[in-house]
Amino acid sequence: MIVPLGHVFLLAGLVFAMGLVCLVARRNLIMTLIGVEVMMNAAAIAFVAAALRWHLMEGQAFVLFILAVAAAEISLGLALVVGLYRRTGSIDPDRYDILKW
Amino acid sequence: MLPIFQYSMKTLLEVEVTLYAAIFYLLGIIILTATGLAVTRRQPVHAVLYLIVAFLGTAALFFMLGAPLLAVFMVIIYAGAIMVLVLFVIMLFQRSPHEIGLVPQWGPATLLGAVFLAVAVIMVFKDPGSGIVLQGAVAQPRDFGRFLFDRYWLAVEIVSILFLVALVAIIHLGKRRDAGDNERERRVNPIRSSTGASDLTG
Repeated sequence: MIVPLGHVFLLAGLVFAMGLVCLVARRNLIMTLIGVEVMMNAAAIAFVAAALRWHLMEGQAFVLFILAVAAAEISLGLALVVGLYRRTGSIDPDRYDILKW
Repeated sequence: MLPIFQYSMKTLLEVEVTLYAAIFYLLGIIILTATGLAVTRRQPVHAVLYLIVAFLGTAALFFMLGAPLLAVFMVIIYAGAIMVLVLFVIMLFQRSPHEIGLVPQWGPATLLGAVFLAVAVIMVFKDPGSGIVLQGAVAQPRDFGRFLFDRYWLAVEIVSILFLVALVAIIHLGKRRDAGDNERERRVNPIRSSTGASDLTG
C-alpha cells in the first residue's frame, strides 16, 4: 500500500554505508561520532520498517532503546573527546602518541 | 502477535496511495542528500546542521511508517538534544578543528563501504519477502507505552541504569582537576604536563 519493504531497507542500507564511510575515513573525532549516529539512525529506520511489515511492536520498542543508547553514547563520547582535547590540544587521533615509544 | 496495530489507512483511495509512495521517495531523497552532505563537510558545524535536516526527515518517515511516538522522540532527542549538545561541544574547542582531513587510507575505507552496500543490496533483493508492499498501520502512543511497560519494563530499568552510569562517567571525565591533582599528574607523567596543564586552565 505504501512502498515495498525492500525500498525502505535499501534506504537504510545507503544511510548505513554513508555512516560507515564517515566513521572509518574521517580523521576528526567529532565526525567519527557523527558517523556512529548516522549508522544508528539507519538501524532505526530498518527496525521501524520491519515492525510495520510484521505488525509486531518489538521493532518500535527496540528503536526506543536505540535512541536511549545513542543519547548515552554521544554524550559520553563527547566528554571523552573534550577530555582528550584538554590533555593533548588536538582532536586528531593520529596525534595521540603519548603511549608511543 | 498483538492486535495493537490499528488499521487506520485501510480505506484510502488509489490516488492517496500513490501520494504516500511519493512522500516516501521524497523523504528518502531528502534523507540521503542531507546525510551525504553531512558526512562530506569539512566543518563539523555544517555537518551537524545538515544532520538535523536528515533526522527531521527520518522523523517524518517514522510518522509515515506508523510510529508517531518514535517520530516525536526523534525530533526531541536526536534533532533537539543530541545535535544541540554536539554543537555546544564544538563551540568548546578554542581553535576551529576544520583543518583535519581524511585518513590516508580513505580509499580502502570507501571501498569497504561500497562492498558492504553491494552485499546488503544483493541480500535484500534476493529475499523473496522484500517485494511485499507495506500495509499502512499506526501504533498509537498509548498502546505502545502500555506494551513497553508490560513486557519490557526490565529493559527500561536497565536503560535508566545505563544513563546513570553514563552520567557518573561524564561527571568524572569533565571534572576540572584542582591544583594538587594537577601536581600529582605532573609528577607521574612529566611528558604530558607541558601541554595538559596549560589547557586545563583555559
